[in-house]
Amino acid sequence: MVNWTKTEKATITDIFSHLDYDDIGPKALSRCLIVYPWTQRYFSGFGNLYNAAAIIGNAKVAEHGIKVLHGLDLGLKKMDNIEAAYADLSSLHSEKLHVDPDNFKLLSDCITIVLAAKLGSAFTAETQATFQKFLGAVMSALGKQYH
Amino acid sequence: MTTLTAKDKQTVKAFWAKVSGKSEDIGADAVARMLVVYPQTKIYFSHWPDQSPNSPAARKHGITVMMGVGDAVTKMDDLKEGLKELSQLHAFTLRVDPGNFKILSHNILVVMAVMFPTDFTPDVHVSLDKFLAAVSLALSEKYR
Repeated sequence: MVNWTKTEKATITDIFSHLDYDDIGPKALSRCLIVYPWTQRYFSGFGNLYNAAAIIGNAKVAEHGIKVLHGLDLGLKKMDNIEAAYADLSSLHSEKLHVDPDNFKLLSDCITIVLAAKLGSAFTAETQATFQKFLGAVMSALGKQYH
Repeated sequence: MTTLTAKDKQTVKAFWAKVSGKSEDIGADAVARMLVVYPQTKIYFSHWPDQSPNSPAARKHGITVMMGVGDAVTKMDDLKEGLKELSQLHAFTLRVDPGNFKILSHNILVVMAVMFPTDFTPDVHVSLDKFLAAVSLALSEKYR
């Protein structure tokens, strides 16, 4: 279980209250598929992922990016028990989607970088630390049901 | 995973040409973020009277590191040879655990996103990530 200070909770709440999911989601997922191309293994049904331009222009990638980003809302709503919040999604990623949990970090790093580009200098070191702590908790929870 | 293609080298050189004017600020911010986001890295700087992220020592260190990165850009056709003295320094004198190279690299990428949001495209990101990984590998060369 992760402990959050009042400041950390306020930082996370603030980030998500201003988050443009429709912008950040597609950018984060497409960046992940471009920077770590082996992650494309999970998206064989998505059509043309042949190069960066194709990935960025791919409507299925964009739609899925938004969906995945909204997945973070589960953790936001239940910060004091993130593990419980992701129990079902963890089983899904393990049993049905067969996603290597090491890949969670790759997407997580891309979300961080896309958010940094959006917020600029407002993405201070302290904000980065709190946001990465949150993503770390989500990743750990998503990995919990793997066996 | 760390073989740089011709495209990678070209991309990194072009991006570096755009950003190197700010290399001191980039380095200072990357080191500051590393110290805050990954506090375990502070153990390497116990000799600094002031270990805070914006201290003069931290800023100076960021500048030093980024000068090393800039130098590596000019030596990217043979990083193992080009960085062999720096590798010896890190292996025998500094003894930095190589896991930390990944941490600092990540923070350099975050700073690039913060400072150059339009230029730091996914294509630039992948080439720069590969380049920093290749630099890290070259720095680890003399460890054992």
